[in-house]
Amino acid sequence: MREWRRFTPMERFTRWAAYFALVIALAWAVRNVEIIPEFLIDAPEQMLDLLARMWPPDLGHYHPAVHHALVETLHIASLGTLCAFIFAVPLALLAARNICPYRGLNAFAQLLLVTSRSVNSLVWALIFVAIFGPGAAAGTFAIAFRSIGFVGKLLAEALEEISPGPLEALEATGAPKTHVLLKGAWPQIAPAFFGVALFRWDINIRESAVLGLVGAGGIGVVLDDAINFFQWDRVATILLAILVVVILAEVLVTRLRARLI
Amino acid sequence: MSASTLHRRAFPPNWGARATGLGLVVYAIYALAQLDITWARLRIGFGEAGRFIARMWPPNFSRAELLIEGLLESLQIAVIASALGILLALPLGLMAARNLAPWPLAVATRGFVAFCRSLHYVIVAILFVKAIGFGALAGVAALTIASMGFIAKLFAEAIEEISMKQVEAIRATGASFGAVLVYGVLPQVASRFIGFSLYQLDSNLRNSTLVGIVGAGGIGGTLFAAFKRFDYDFVAAILLTIIALIFVAELISGWIRALLR
Repeated sequence: MREWRRFTPMERFTRWAAYFALVIALAWAVRNVEIIPEFLIDAPEQMLDLLARMWPPDLGHYHPAVHHALVETLHIASLGTLCAFIFAVPLALLAARNICPYRGLNAFAQLLLVTSRSVNSLVWALIFVAIFGPGAAAGTFAIAFRSIGFVGKLLAEALEEISPGPLEALEATGAPKTHVLLKGAWPQIAPAFFGVALFRWDINIRESAVLGLVGAGGIGVVLDDAINFFQWDRVATILLAILVVVILAEVLVTRLRARLI
Repeated sequence: MSASTLHRRAFPPNWGARATGLGLVVYAIYALAQLDITWARLRIGFGEAGRFIARMWPPNFSRAELLIEGLLESLQIAVIASALGILLALPLGLMAARNLAPWPLAVATRGFVAFCRSLHYVIVAILFVKAIGFGALAGVAALTIASMGFIAKLFAEAIEEISMKQVEAIRATGASFGAVLVYGVLPQVASRFIGFSLYQLDSNLRNSTLVGIVGAGGIGGTLFAAFKRFDYDFVAAILLTIIALIFVAELISGWIRALLR
């Protein structure tokens, strides 16, 4: 009598080999990572000390410096998201194989989108600080350039999944290409479009808070200053402000998404 | 049939959408003014961008030793942080699932998990650098917090979607809580949990190349130092290496995912 097994011996072997490789990787990392034992033993005490210095937060510090930086952060995130769409929509149209029939253009657009996604927004910020100098302009461009790949990829995927029926019907009436896109493709991808826009705006709110650490404007600059001066009660105020804004943005996005989609 | 239905316009204008679009344009102009982004400034920037790219070429790989050392440390940080995050997320995910845990516990755990996710990992990394010193340990701690929050949230949502029939069947046999978990709950969510974990390992690899910017170990420190010294050809080499690493990691994780399916 043969016992039923879910996987063939070969499948089981590869499975175990994959798990084994992961364990080996972990063992290698733990053995080789450079951790100073004194720091590790000291860590809980130091953390408690830091928290004690942060409490109570110096809320008097909020207005005007933190408030203005926070508003600047919101502008960077929103403007960066808008700017990303200006580049991402044409790239998505070029990358979608059912919209743009030229394979070379598809591949080129995909390459640009992948490049934009593989560089982190903080690294984009470093690059744009080198180009535009420190300030909100660098931050806005960093947010925009990181978002292009994300938005473009998701929009291109949404475009490739649409039903060809409405497009063909419009083409049969002799409608020009712009009308085919506007009245055939747009209604089909509108929910995905708004979903992606809101999702990315939410992410950008979080990311724009740290851009200031490399000099790209926003609340990160104030945070960096407060940390460098060891004003921990101010740091706590700034962190609280970021936390509140991030949570409010998430609530807002959830509400808007429920209404739009 | 009345005349009004006969002459109904096929595509009536959507005034709500037009007003929203106009609002966004007005906001963009206002935000551009607030952030002091002007055409003159952008023109100077484009000139600088040309010089910047010219100085990046050709990438300088002569300090490959430094590059590989930083990259390996990033890899170690990513692997350890992922392992710790996954381990911690398992109990947290169970505690946050409203269909298994009593509701006060679920609400409290959800709050904690949401708190872990709402601060950007670079900000968490700064706090850990200040609390436990420079080096890989701070990076590991920061990425562990982020991974824990992310996996625990998705894991809890996956558990809430399971079928309770199997859980009840195991409970009816008089099995202990541990046995219910192992035979009733985990088989239903194991594959999704592995999926989240692999995704998090992927994003930890990207993020671990960055935490070094604030001194938390890995190649980010080398990158930031090269930026500060205007060694743009070395910057280009580091960026190319990071992109290559991310690309390889994506290939490997896609391969593992296919194996485990």
